[in-house]
Amino acid sequence: MGLALKLISQRIALGFLLLLAVSALIFAGTEILPGDVAQSILGQSATPESLANLRAELGLSEPAVTRYFSWLGGIATGDLGTALTSGTDISSAVAQRLGNTLFLAAVAAVISVPIAILLGLLAVRFKDRWPDKLISATTLASISLPEFFIGYLLILVFGVKLGWFPTVATVYEGMAFGDRLMAVVLPALTLTLVVLAHMMRMTRAAILNVMQSAYIETAELKGLSTFKIIRKHALPNAISPVVNVVMLNMAYLIVGVVVVEVIFVYPGMGQYLVDHVSKRDVPVVQACGIIFAAIYIGLNLIADVVSVLSNPRLRHPK
Amino acid sequence: MNDELKYLSKQVAKHRLDRRSFMGRAGALGLTAATASSLLGSAVMAQGAIKGGTIKVAIDGGASTDSLDPALAANSTATQVNRLWGEPLVELDAEGGLEMKLATAFEASADAKTWTFQIRDGVTFSNGKTLTADDVMATIERHAGEDSSSGALGLLGSISAMRTDGNAFIIELDGPNADLPYLLTDYHLMIQPGGGKEDPAAAIGTGPYTIVSAEPGVRFVAEKNPDYWNPDLGHASTIEITVINDDTARVAALQSGQVDMCSRIPPKVASLVARMNGVTVHSVPSAGHYVFIMHANTAPFDNKDLRLALKYAMNREEMVDKILFGNGSIGNDTPINTSYPLFSEMEQRSYDPDKAAFHFNASGHEGSVLLRTSDNSFPGAPDAAQLFQQSAAAAGITLDISREPSDGYWSEVWNKQPFCTSYWGGRATQDAMYSTAYLSTADWNDTRFFNEQFDQLLIAARGELDTAKRTGMYADMGTIVSEEGGLICPMFNNFIDATSDKVAGWGPSKGFDLMNFYAPMKMWVAG
Repeated sequence: MGLALKLISQRIALGFLLLLAVSALIFAGTEILPGDVAQSILGQSATPESLANLRAELGLSEPAVTRYFSWLGGIATGDLGTALTSGTDISSAVAQRLGNTLFLAAVAAVISVPIAILLGLLAVRFKDRWPDKLISATTLASISLPEFFIGYLLILVFGVKLGWFPTVATVYEGMAFGDRLMAVVLPALTLTLVVLAHMMRMTRAAILNVMQSAYIETAELKGLSTFKIIRKHALPNAISPVVNVVMLNMAYLIVGVVVVEVIFVYPGMGQYLVDHVSKRDVPVVQACGIIFAAIYIGLNLIADVVSVLSNPRLRHPK
Repeated sequence: MNDELKYLSKQVAKHRLDRRSFMGRAGALGLTAATASSLLGSAVMAQGAIKGGTIKVAIDGGASTDSLDPALAANSTATQVNRLWGEPLVELDAEGGLEMKLATAFEASADAKTWTFQIRDGVTFSNGKTLTADDVMATIERHAGEDSSSGALGLLGSISAMRTDGNAFIIELDGPNADLPYLLTDYHLMIQPGGGKEDPAAAIGTGPYTIVSAEPGVRFVAEKNPDYWNPDLGHASTIEITVINDDTARVAALQSGQVDMCSRIPPKVASLVARMNGVTVHSVPSAGHYVFIMHANTAPFDNKDLRLALKYAMNREEMVDKILFGNGSIGNDTPINTSYPLFSEMEQRSYDPDKAAFHFNASGHEGSVLLRTSDNSFPGAPDAAQLFQQSAAAAGITLDISREPSDGYWSEVWNKQPFCTSYWGGRATQDAMYSTAYLSTADWNDTRFFNEQFDQLLIAARGELDTAKRTGMYADMGTIVSEEGGLICPMFNNFIDATSDKVAGWGPSKGFDLMNFYAPMKMWVAG
């Protein structure tokens, strides 16, 4: 266990170091964005006087390094600062948005992960026969369509023509859980169709890889059924790559769904970030950036840890 | 509002006094007429109105960066939301005249430099405080103050002093301005308790609704304000506003019955939306216009022949047909159209490749002309630029088109580069439009138009109380801008909104889309 523990703690430390480096990159990146927050807030209706007044009000005159360190200090204590544009507290706004994003991602993951793995197992079981080809063809077709197109198709069929699900997935505080679930059906389905193929193909490939091994041949010679071999002997040894691809897709479901959010009017992190980028609201962009980075790093960390734990050689070092 | 006043208003309305001629006269008679006819109009509308229910609105333009501070309102969602909880002193009526909101009357001194507004009695803010003239003054102070970041700051620059006298609010101007009341219809100037100086984003006002839930860029919910003073505005008990910036999603929400009204239907799908069951499309002429602007003081556009060549090379009918899909009208290289009270016709400039070629040769310009454009400069701007390129090519003029990123267009290209596409929303009066962008000293003189004769006419027209003379002056100014200016204005766009048959009461309006953003309050849930 000692080696595994050491490896895991190393990974975590590395994760934090990486996060620190990313924070510097995010800060530098937002500093060199062209344009200016005051101009963006006031838009076309800005006069030079009102611009100057707003700039002074927003405290944009302090040097960048000072602002970086005070920002970093704030993050360490959980204070993400105040949005320049609306003057609201970022932490509470982000908390709500992040909650929404995680909810949608969770619903999409609950639908897509079991289906993807099951389809992957089926594809292996019927390798190179029609079920395998059908599964691959449909999932690859759905990943090849742009998300907005899938979204519009689902809206047209299930929202407008059949009228089964709402086309506007706006969720709000105080909404009943059932209504909330109903609201996210279409966006969650869209996301499922987008991520399914990647996870399914990876599961299929990883298991097929293991299926080449000698011990699988032994199992076959023992007379075990194909499905039992896959489930009991191949899958556990293919966990590591499968978990990796699942985590990668989870990260995508959390940080990369802005198009789906726009189409379904879902109040998640993506739209929140885009709005603030276009207004040059740097504190919010930085906060979202660091949260996204943390999620990405965190999920990859989990994948690493699971790999370590599922690898007997690392669990039981000599 | 007593019965006698209502009776009186009907009597006055029968004579149909011209609301447009009230400007600058400000006699008690004119004011009573304006108030009365607006009362009468809303009384007629309200006969069929049903109280209660929920009206759901899908609107574009909102972002999660929006604030409820009316000073910072800069998009249609913010304007709509502010209209629910707040009110200005006066507002545009359906014909482009004025109706009384928190003022009950106003008058000007003979030189149009001192304006007195009587503030409505017995009105309370949604926090229980009674409206006073001091609240009004504090509001205008906040927007006009030197450290103000209000979008209305530019409009209020001519105010030299303000004071209150009992229930009267008095504004002194440093020069005559017969249009001052029109400036106060600006959507930023919602009257707030104490001027909103303490808590500008509290959304406390005198409006027909109070905001119960505000998620900027996502959703707003407003409940009827039970103490609202005007029984003819605000029929539904609840108004829900959902921000849907994606055009397709917004139309789908209307089509699937999730919302009752929908702002800004894209022109290219307007005819398809009109064919949907239970949906009515409203295409309303506006003063908004899509423009190609040249800096008249910057080479090569400092050459009048080159400017004229480009103006004659523009095929206006084609623009209205292919960019607006017929939802608009052709422009005449001035920012003014029939939406303005003192508009007068002038000779229409039309597409003439021969004249364009003649002026182009006369200009002596060699080589191509660079036009900058972007998707957000107006809907369909890159397509319009290409149409312009084609029609100019027929006159032997080569246009190079540079497509700029939408992000940063307003800070990096517009009002910086010498030739680009852009748009203007209308203003309430010709004076406001010209003062905003064509006066030599205007902050947004985006055509770099410096014309002494024009400036003199504009200033003189502000103090001219004779409507006929004033109309003549504006006609002269239009001719100067069209001949000398850097503006190519091929089209005025309509506002295109749609409502479902679950709501009723749509009517004419001036100003902005969705009945100047009063549709959710003037319409009602159909029985």
